[in-house]
Amino acid sequence: MRHPLPRRSGKGLARGIPTLLSVASAFVLWEAYVRLSGISALVLPPPSRVLDQIVQNRALLWDNTLPTLHATFAGFALSLSVAFTLSVVLDFLPRLRKALFPIFVISQTLPLVAIAPLVVLWFGFELTPKVLLVALVTFFPMLVALVDGYASTDPDIEALMRSMGATRGQVFRAARFPSAMPYFFAGLRISITYAVVAAIFAEYVGARAGLGIVILNAKNSFRPDLMLAAVVISSLLTLALFGAAALLQRIVLRWRNPEGRA
Amino acid sequence: MSYLSLQDVSLSLGDTAILDRVSMSLDKGEFVSVLGPSGAGKSTILRVLTGSLAAQSGTITCAGQPLARRNDRFAFMPQRDALLPWRRVIDNLTLGLEVQGMTRKAARARVMPHLAEFGLDGFERHYPAELSGGMRQRAALLRTVVQERAVQLLDEPFGALDALTRLQMQRWFEQRWQDARWTTLLITHDVREAVALSDRIYVLSRRPARVIADIPVPLPRPRLARAPCAKAHALEAQILDILLHQTGE
Repeated sequence: MRHPLPRRSGKGLARGIPTLLSVASAFVLWEAYVRLSGISALVLPPPSRVLDQIVQNRALLWDNTLPTLHATFAGFALSLSVAFTLSVVLDFLPRLRKALFPIFVISQTLPLVAIAPLVVLWFGFELTPKVLLVALVTFFPMLVALVDGYASTDPDIEALMRSMGATRGQVFRAARFPSAMPYFFAGLRISITYAVVAAIFAEYVGARAGLGIVILNAKNSFRPDLMLAAVVISSLLTLALFGAAALLQRIVLRWRNPEGRA
Repeated sequence: MSYLSLQDVSLSLGDTAILDRVSMSLDKGEFVSVLGPSGAGKSTILRVLTGSLAAQSGTITCAGQPLARRNDRFAFMPQRDALLPWRRVIDNLTLGLEVQGMTRKAARARVMPHLAEFGLDGFERHYPAELSGGMRQRAALLRTVVQERAVQLLDEPFGALDALTRLQMQRWFEQRWQDARWTTLLITHDVREAVALSDRIYVLSRRPARVIADIPVPLPRPRLARAPCAKAHALEAQILDILLHQTGE
């Protein structure tokens, strides 16, 4: 405990080593299998070739990552603002919550595979259908996280605030909303990964640009190496967004592990 | 004329009678404890006073006025400290004042001079998770008294502490109370605590709660700084006798 800072960062590095090793050894096994078995690169390209495709097509991949990122953020922003507004309304009107919740559950039972082509058919090949699909997929987890989070408020804290003469609005701002933050971030980390997948799928069904389109075109021209290159990019994109959500959580919820306080 | 008075207050929740014609009174500056078997409805009395439960019959008056359901007479300290974990200590201490509409700056100015006497000096920027149990309890108490309400309602404030910390807190609290003379209603199941701190003790029956004894404690203060005297022991024995008789042992 004499050197808490180096120990902390050392621990962080040490935690990452097993992950890096397992990922690296999976790629080595994959590469070795492709080379030793003599399987055609048209069926299973080796990871070295996928990496090579990423480098060669970096301009194409970059140009198509931006629309995907755009759709993801726009859809997520829409779903977050609707989920938050609705969660506040439902928190103040519990009867409405009982009436509307089944509808939200039903919205989650719709298979994306069937809904996506319909939404594209109705709203065209531009941004709108992607935004709507991302919002549809991420809205419900965020709403449930917030509603459950409000309900998790310590009843002692609410009783205390009422004894102070607090209004319903004051109780919400000072107690119910902060109580929901850990739930909100749990929902955020899950939803952000759904969001990227939904955006790519929406593009795959119909779009002018985006990682989904790269994957579709590569599939149609029998280029599994380029498909996998786009998959790697989408995966890195998801990881980056997940990491950003986790970082934001650490900052906002620093009261939960205050030892690391500034 | 007593400052706070409850007359024949009764309350049932569903078919369960909780309070049965409970009558109590407190003078200004008086320290009164309510003792009773666990589950007797001690905390229910506080919930009626703070307005989270409504009594079905009886009258409550404070300073001669009947009590409105939403009132600003009482400052309440719940059993567990109920500090808001996402607020720094200073922001927890100002919570009651901010709820009343005071600006954050004015509320802090009111709280800051008390930090030292409550042993929280230098911890105002910490989060509650960083405090010891005794410090959390002192913070909860400061949050209560800084509201400057007429009556302090304390619901087993030291119940969750370990024995040593509890004794330290009781000693410290007795000193603070001797300086400030808050009108205080303390709910407890600890006979020794009640005898050590109170001017008067109400003993409640098992549920439905009735007042079965009203015992004055005419012992000199401070009581906890010295060894308990024979008179205190006799009072404790007398009250324990009443309580044990109630629980049928």
